[in-house]
Amino acid sequence: MSSDKNILIVGAGPAGTRAAEVLAGQGLRPIVVDEAPASGGQVYRRQPAGFRRSAKLRYGFEAAKAEALHATFDALRERVDYRPDTSVWSIENNVAFTTGPDGVARIPFAALLLCTGGVDRILPIPGWTLPGAFTMGGAQIALKAQGCAIGERVAFLGSGPLLYLVAYQYAHAGATVAAVLDTARLSDALPVIPGLLTGGTTLAKGLWYQNWLRFNGIPFKRGVRPIAVDGEDHVSGLRYRDVRGRERHIDCDAMAFGWGVKPECQLAELAGCDMRFDAIARQWLPECDAEGRSSVDGVYLAGDGAGVMGADAAEYRGELAALALLADRGVAAGARRRKYLKTRLQRLMRFRIALERALPYPEGLAAALADDTIVCRCEGVTAGDIRQSQSLEPDEINRAKAYTRLGMGRCQGRMCGIAAAEILAHRKGVSLAEVGRLRGQAPIKPLHIGIGGAAAEDDPERAASI
Amino acid sequence: MSRIDTEIAVIGGGIVGCSTALHIALRGVPVVLLEKRQAGAAASGVNFGGVRRNGRALVELELAARAIDIWRRLPELVGNDCEYSPTGHLKVARNDDDMAAMATHAEAQADYGCAVEMISRNALIARYPWFGEAAVGAAWCASDGQANPRLLGPAFARAARAAGADVREYEPVAALEKDGDGFLIRSETGLEVRARQVINAAGAWGARVAGWLGEEVELWPMMPQMVVTEPVPYFIEPALGVVGGDVYVRQIPRGNIIFGGRSGTADLDEGFGHAMAEEALGTLQRTAKVIPRMADMNIIRLWSGVEGCTPDQLPVLGPSATTPGVIHAFGFSGHGFCLGPGVGAVVADLALDGNTETAIDAFDISRFQS
Repeated sequence: MSSDKNILIVGAGPAGTRAAEVLAGQGLRPIVVDEAPASGGQVYRRQPAGFRRSAKLRYGFEAAKAEALHATFDALRERVDYRPDTSVWSIENNVAFTTGPDGVARIPFAALLLCTGGVDRILPIPGWTLPGAFTMGGAQIALKAQGCAIGERVAFLGSGPLLYLVAYQYAHAGATVAAVLDTARLSDALPVIPGLLTGGTTLAKGLWYQNWLRFNGIPFKRGVRPIAVDGEDHVSGLRYRDVRGRERHIDCDAMAFGWGVKPECQLAELAGCDMRFDAIARQWLPECDAEGRSSVDGVYLAGDGAGVMGADAAEYRGELAALALLADRGVAAGARRRKYLKTRLQRLMRFRIALERALPYPEGLAAALADDTIVCRCEGVTAGDIRQSQSLEPDEINRAKAYTRLGMGRCQGRMCGIAAAEILAHRKGVSLAEVGRLRGQAPIKPLHIGIGGAAAEDDPERAASI
Repeated sequence: MSRIDTEIAVIGGGIVGCSTALHIALRGVPVVLLEKRQAGAAASGVNFGGVRRNGRALVELELAARAIDIWRRLPELVGNDCEYSPTGHLKVARNDDDMAAMATHAEAQADYGCAVEMISRNALIARYPWFGEAAVGAAWCASDGQANPRLLGPAFARAARAAGADVREYEPVAALEKDGDGFLIRSETGLEVRARQVINAAGAWGARVAGWLGEEVELWPMMPQMVVTEPVPYFIEPALGVVGGDVYVRQIPRGNIIFGGRSGTADLDEGFGHAMAEEALGTLQRTAKVIPRMADMNIIRLWSGVEGCTPDQLPVLGPSATTPGVIHAFGFSGHGFCLGPGVGAVVADLALDGNTETAIDAFDISRFQS
């Protein structure tokens, strides 16, 4: 196939797998680039070769879905150009730059399907950089992929569906769950019960985990406010305020925290997609129509990377975006299927919105952080540094970045960007949307100089003077 | 529509424009600066950060000396040292011809009071054992240094405001015309500024402004592209550049190594420079030949910005050839970061005194008129 006809899918999770299935079904042989050694994404991440824990043990209620998705991808192997262990680190002028086992490669594409998934949405709290403090997703991956727990006595803090699920999985695997601390209050959920009820089995599973935790005597508190992770050189405890404002402490040797998932949209940004501020997600997302078309011709978005809706929705969105891509290329197929998928997604969206409100991101927590709390751990920038940058009159967050180094490290603000924007917005007395977003810059993941340099052509004529 | 009357209007809020506004305001003369985006955010804010005379064109040396004098006084002048650090600068040769050319240049620089020492390959390796075989020798200028570009333009803009200048960001200038014995400037937001004198400090856009006055200058956009590593133990004390300009490197004490040598891309109408992955790969390869241990490091970010480059790679600095009352200070061809603080002082001289003691004849706009 000539390169100008390449269809490139980034990500082999639920969305990428279903998109690849549709395109391979039309004989189009998409290129599938994925960072992981095996397909499945984070949610259905596979265990390393030689590990023999059952799917039921690893994926619980979702075992059948995980196995079906893995089987679908495995059956496609001859019909897709699959490149595992490979990261896309830049996109420009319809070329994706990758780095993988064979070094740097350039993939020209005619169409691009970004199925880049999400990453933990975290908030810094004092002590969050201590060894033993993990993101919720990280704690789950350790258990799901490798059968490892992050500690023997683990506390879970945050809100969102993963909180109960991961605590349940840890307890089930034999770890001691010191406490499950939910920043959401029961009263958050009451006004949105009708929306929650549209969640059906998803809601039922969530309630089941909560009841299981209670029934098994695991301390489970709602409406908490975190104070600090304690410890000298390792996590030794967690302090928080209970719903009545009393300070509480629990002993633990590890803690996992997170407030749901945020989309990974750096590649969409590098591909030139317009971004918009989403009030529900409280962050900037790529513009995208109901079928996954971005603002850029030939660039499609699916799965949590286009706005978090979860794994089931990601499968639908991957399939839908691939069908939209086919329709845009004049393949008259799947009109009815597209309509069906959109109806399903609308229903899931109602549940998603209710869930965001029932288990809300704790507004104001970042803005209230003490000055000495590290916000950007890559660069060691504290909440106070961000506030003090106000004296240099930054009118938006990229200026604060320029002054403080905030978000300039390895993760490029993927971890701290949300909290930093809140701190700055609060200090300036403006809305979150008004402080803007940290602009995405290549390489979106660190790139090795030796490997990158080996892929270059030596051409002294192209020197620039300085 | 709002309207301001002032003595001097500065078009462009890069380091040149902001330093100009500061130096004019310090002498108590009303000045308004119009910047299309944020002060110091274009080429001024995203360049390499070199502050050097080593290897610089001889005609720029007096201006550079004036600038470096200001660099040393930044804390008292703008309340921030902008991480200026006199680390010295190494100009590195990769062959004997380059080495000989540098030696000749070093002798000529001595006449301008700029001491440059030639270092043989053996002496270079003895001082800096991390150089690879590509380096055959170097010219060393101990009085050179480096600084943080992100801080400089905004620091001058704040100091200018504090001194009384009216610095306006997000005010793209749309038109400039004669108006009686002065000028009328209109911005895209509808602001009108009436001024007796106008300073064209519009950087890569300076030729457009000159064009409004009937002065044609060829000005190409240049987009030097930078790369930065994750922090590594500090080992590269001096800033360095290789003859030919295709590799330049500096390390900041916190550990990140900033380097570059190729160009990104830009659209002048859009106003932003964009880094290009392919060009970055070339930079990685060529830099690793000069400093082999960098091959084991990771880069974490690329960036670029837009600068204006003239046919002889020297700035346009001096009075307009067609329009009395207009002073040009643009097209610094990659030299504006080091020179900028001094350029502001020179332009203030020209605007307020009608002349300057610093040699700028080589930068007259009329050199491009046939």
